[in-house]
Amino acid sequence: MASALINVPKKARRGEIIEIKTLMSHIMETGYRHTAAGEVVPRDIITSFVCRYNGVEIFRADLFPAIAANPFITFFTVATESGKFDFEWTGDKRFTETASASISVE
Amino acid sequence: MRKSKHTSRRQFLGLAGGAAVLGAVPIVTVRPVEATPAMLATAMRNIVGEAPVRIGKVKLDVPPLVENGNTVPMTVSVSNPMTPDDYVKSIHVFNEKNPQPNVGNFYLGPHAGRAQISTRIRLADSQKIVAVARLSDDSFWSATADVVVTLAACTEEVI
Repeated sequence: MASALINVPKKARRGEIIEIKTLMSHIMETGYRHTAAGEVVPRDIITSFVCRYNGVEIFRADLFPAIAANPFITFFTVATESGKFDFEWTGDKRFTETASASISVE
Repeated sequence: MRKSKHTSRRQFLGLAGGAAVLGAVPIVTVRPVEATPAMLATAMRNIVGEAPVRIGKVKLDVPPLVENGNTVPMTVSVSNPMTPDDYVKSIHVFNEKNPQPNVGNFYLGPHAGRAQISTRIRLADSQKIVAVARLSDDSFWSATADVVVTLAACTEEVI
């Protein structure tokens, strides 16, 4: 299921600071809501997000129920060499999803 | 009016949790109890430890008034160079009145180039948001913002 949206510039100059935008489709159920019958809806959130640039971790985030549904996270990095960004989301109920994007650096 | 209702419920939950040993505890922990400024302070202490938190360097961008607390855009930026020996290690965001005091922890490094992150958060009530940045010399800097929320998130009923 292609549930990730990634925005990474295709090309960058060496040393340029680039913005990376990521969006993962996920309900992010807080675990604090309850149905009209009074039952608590169990928590189901993404707890961790990692971005690796050519295998090296460049960004990591711990997420909590206070992150809105379909977590949208943007951050910056320096384009050092051509290669690949790998993104990984993990969460409750053994949720795990990956995505990748490549960049060419001149 | 609303305030006193919450207080009495919290007192009740506190009593129930204290009196009942096993069965009641899971119910108590999942009820939509508000975080309190004390919980916010505790959550911050867990990250910061005993180090002093200074105000400055951090810029916390959230709209001052939001209609819907379910998605509130937020940007945190830290005005600090990102060089190998002076950089922002991490950014931590806390809130005052959601059921949990934590919003997110974001770990950066000197390779980030710019210490700035954006995301969308949930707010259960009008409240104060705190962003704390940890620099490479383990000093802590913070910024706060007050947000007025007209439609709360997190704890509403599922239809």
